[in-house]
Amino acid sequence: MEFSELLEILSDLHPEVDFETAEKLFDNKILDSFDVVTIITEVGSEFDIQIPADQIVPENFNSAKALYDLICRIEDDE
Amino acid sequence: MKTNIKRIIFIVAALLVWCGSFFLVQRLLVPKYMDDLIEGALTAEYYDETTEHDVIFIGDCEVYENFSPITLWEEYGITSYIRGNAQQLIWQSYYMLEDVLRYEKPEVVVFNVLSMKYGEPQSEEYNRLALDGMELSPTKIEAVNASMTEDEELITYIFPLLRYHSRWNQLSGEDIRYMFRHDKISHNGFVMRADVRAAGAIPEPEPLADYSFSENCWKYLDMMTALCRENDIELVLIKAPSLYPAWYDEWDAQIVEYAEKNGLEYINLLDKVDEIGIDFYSPETADTYDNGLHLNLSGAEKLSSYFGNWLLTKFELSDHRTDSELAAVWQEKIDFYYYMKHDQLEELEKYGELISY
Amino acid sequence: MLFTSYSFIFFILAVFFLYYTIPKGSRWPFLLCASYIFYFIADPVFPLFILATTAITYFAAIRIGKLHDEQSAYLKANKAALSSDEKKAYKAKMDKRRTLWYIPSLLVGFGILAVIKYTNFVIFNVNSILTGFGGQPLSFVTLILPMGISFYTFQSMGYLIDVKRKKYAPERNFFKFALFVSFFPQLVQGPISRFDDLAKTLFAGNDFDSKVFSHGIRRILWGFFKKVVIADRMLIAVNELIDKPEEYRGMYVVLLMLFYAIELYADFTGGIDITIGVAEALGITVKENFERPYFSKNIEEYWRRWHITMGTWFRDYIFYPLSISTFMQKLSKKSREKLGPKLGKKIPVYLATLIVWFATGIWHGASWNFIVWGLLNGVVIIISQECSPLYAKFHEKFPKVADTFIYRSFTVARTFWLMCALRLLDCYRDVPLTFGMFGSIFTTFNWGGLFSGALTNLGLTLEDYIIILIGCAVMLGASLLSRSRPMRDRIDAMPFALRSGLCLLMFLAILVFGAYGTGYDASQFIYNQF
Repeated sequence: MEFSELLEILSDLHPEVDFETAEKLFDNKILDSFDVVTIITEVGSEFDIQIPADQIVPENFNSAKALYDLICRIEDDE
Repeated sequence: MKTNIKRIIFIVAALLVWCGSFFLVQRLLVPKYMDDLIEGALTAEYYDETTEHDVIFIGDCEVYENFSPITLWEEYGITSYIRGNAQQLIWQSYYMLEDVLRYEKPEVVVFNVLSMKYGEPQSEEYNRLALDGMELSPTKIEAVNASMTEDEELITYIFPLLRYHSRWNQLSGEDIRYMFRHDKISHNGFVMRADVRAAGAIPEPEPLADYSFSENCWKYLDMMTALCRENDIELVLIKAPSLYPAWYDEWDAQIVEYAEKNGLEYINLLDKVDEIGIDFYSPETADTYDNGLHLNLSGAEKLSSYFGNWLLTKFELSDHRTDSELAAVWQEKIDFYYYMKHDQLEELEKYGELISY
Repeated sequence: MLFTSYSFIFFILAVFFLYYTIPKGSRWPFLLCASYIFYFIADPVFPLFILATTAITYFAAIRIGKLHDEQSAYLKANKAALSSDEKKAYKAKMDKRRTLWYIPSLLVGFGILAVIKYTNFVIFNVNSILTGFGGQPLSFVTLILPMGISFYTFQSMGYLIDVKRKKYAPERNFFKFALFVSFFPQLVQGPISRFDDLAKTLFAGNDFDSKVFSHGIRRILWGFFKKVVIADRMLIAVNELIDKPEEYRGMYVVLLMLFYAIELYADFTGGIDITIGVAEALGITVKENFERPYFSKNIEEYWRRWHITMGTWFRDYIFYPLSISTFMQKLSKKSREKLGPKLGKKIPVYLATLIVWFATGIWHGASWNFIVWGLLNGVVIIISQECSPLYAKFHEKFPKVADTFIYRSFTVARTFWLMCALRLLDCYRDVPLTFGMFGSIFTTFNWGGLFSGALTNLGLTLEDYIIILIGCAVMLGASLLSRSRPMRDRIDAMPFALRSGLCLLMFLAILVFGAYGTGYDASQFIYNQF
């Protein structure tokens, strides 16, 4: 999966946010729990990756980069 | 080192300010019982006494409305004090006596037995009237523990602010005037009433299902007897001459038996009404101010005159009138007594009823 | 032992004193003893319940932790030898072994709670069906409800889930874990702490620090002020309004919404202030549970700021796992195919939302009014989600409106009154009655009563209302001030005299204006000839 594909999913959700630079997405409540679930569902259906519930922590959702790293880790693991 | 000392001074000062404010607020908010409901001030007034007493009365309103220590002094030279309260229950009488013994040792203690009819705490308010004025001591704690009704807390007797805090919206000039002082309202525990309201027909008392006094009352009567014996005090049981509440013959018999068994004097003054010369019924000159519940001033004087004589026939009490120091103290009491008597009679003349008492 | 009882005050004073006089190492065991004594005083049977939950969770977590360790060690040792498929198979096998401990423990843990709290509710519902068919109703059972069981169950189950998720290693010391579950300030009404949060300071045996201690005492005073001066006084009118619904309709229902909002806020946040303050005085940090919730602009935000630890518990342990579960993912796929991508992808989220809110409702109490209350919360959240494109369009058209004070006030007021309306279910505890009473606002016009003494007939005097008004002003002021800088820092920055003066004032205000004790009714003191 490519970083750009992830960015696309994210900006579909919040067109007003620049995800390439934005940080603290979760801490600053730009992403709410609905968004988190939507992202996981999208990523899951587009790329066939299961993000488990225990990975839903602020550190993994605070920036697009962190989220991308998480996805890579899970892909590697599989 | 220096900072440490500074810190300790700081902490002590802060604690002082906190406690000081607490007690100021407490003094402001507790009821003063000066203009109104003076019965609440009776307990505390005892601590103003400077001389000792030969005779101590304990009991409910049937002692503090019916006996006049001033008459006992004037006629017989007997020094006495009444530690009575509104509906003083027997355990409260017991602890009142214990409290007296912290300060002095009387020759004779007179206990009015009417409160034998109450085996359990009756009302929070009367507990308050009787106990709030008591100085803090182990005796007070025990008195409170014996008296509390179900929802009461001991701590509210130690810090009465916790009980009376909601009086903030009922504060009056009285609370400010008497924040740090109180006036004398009784004559050695005697509450004076000079007005007259004769008794009418007293209804026949309802028969009771059970006339036996409760275990709890007997327990405290035993304790009282034992305490007096330990301290070489003569305990006298009396039933004061009040027409009402009813004093049943069955009750009387139990007290007679108890007195005999324990070698105590018991006198039922209801039987002596004619001998004493108490008149309950003449509309203008009766010796009661509330239809026979309590004696008024003239009744109390008659009763005291009789009772003092009776005491002298039973016990060796010395006549203190020759003691000039004591006589001076009592002269002040006498002056206050006649001042109040005069004042009450004047009010009765002027308004037909007592206004300020 | 209620927070507002003399015995609780003595208890915490004794705990403070002993905690700082005994050696450091024995401080946390002492807290464990104190907690169990606290619980024992409430009811001698209670400690058995909490001990059962503690033991089950402790041993299951230890087993699961061991299996985690075994797995990592095995994978590390055989890193090169195993193929990817073999690794997967091994992981699956280990996962199954963990599940064998995990699921039964969860079932028992929640099971105790469920049986104790919900048996009679189930019987009640079964009976209404049975009698509908002319059957014999079952009799209700008498079960004791251990104090704080919802809180400590959630706290220990959260711990178990975290261990299973490898968020942290299990606590090896049984007694330390027992203290985490039973820490007494939290037993009465939460908050629901996480092990990794609380453990940092709970076992340390903190040194006495006069600054930290005075922060704690200040917080306790503040809590008592809210609870005793405001909440307990307001409660008199709230109860009057709730107890006589037939009498108090229309305008009174609006009054009730407002009064209950004040009462609940002052009582709940005050209680949490006392909890956090007691812990803080012991040097222990407990998570905040409220963040000025009545200033929320929408209901979803409200629930992030009110009873925060409960909200995050439901989010982390139910909402997330549920909404991203394989079942939900499948459902999502199907709904997308049938309903189109836009609505379809929301189906799992919304379904999970409703389930979570159903659970939140029933967690608050075993009766239909709480279930309806929970579900309505969920529905309102979903509606506002669905409406968000509309709002977005509105703001696109009128970009300046969103930042105006008036618009912001409007959203705050809207959220406040919406929550007030939902809370009526909590007041009347009867679903049809609540809807009837809410309807009466629009059918019974008795607002004139406000100007003819309606307020003073509710058991409160004018003076009481003045106290409440002043109390609310103080709470509001503190809330507004703490937006830019926490009150604690503000007070710390004051000169010593002013700071201690404020505390003294607060202390005296609680003592004098608190709605506690018998109350002074002069008429009861009238001497009636005894």
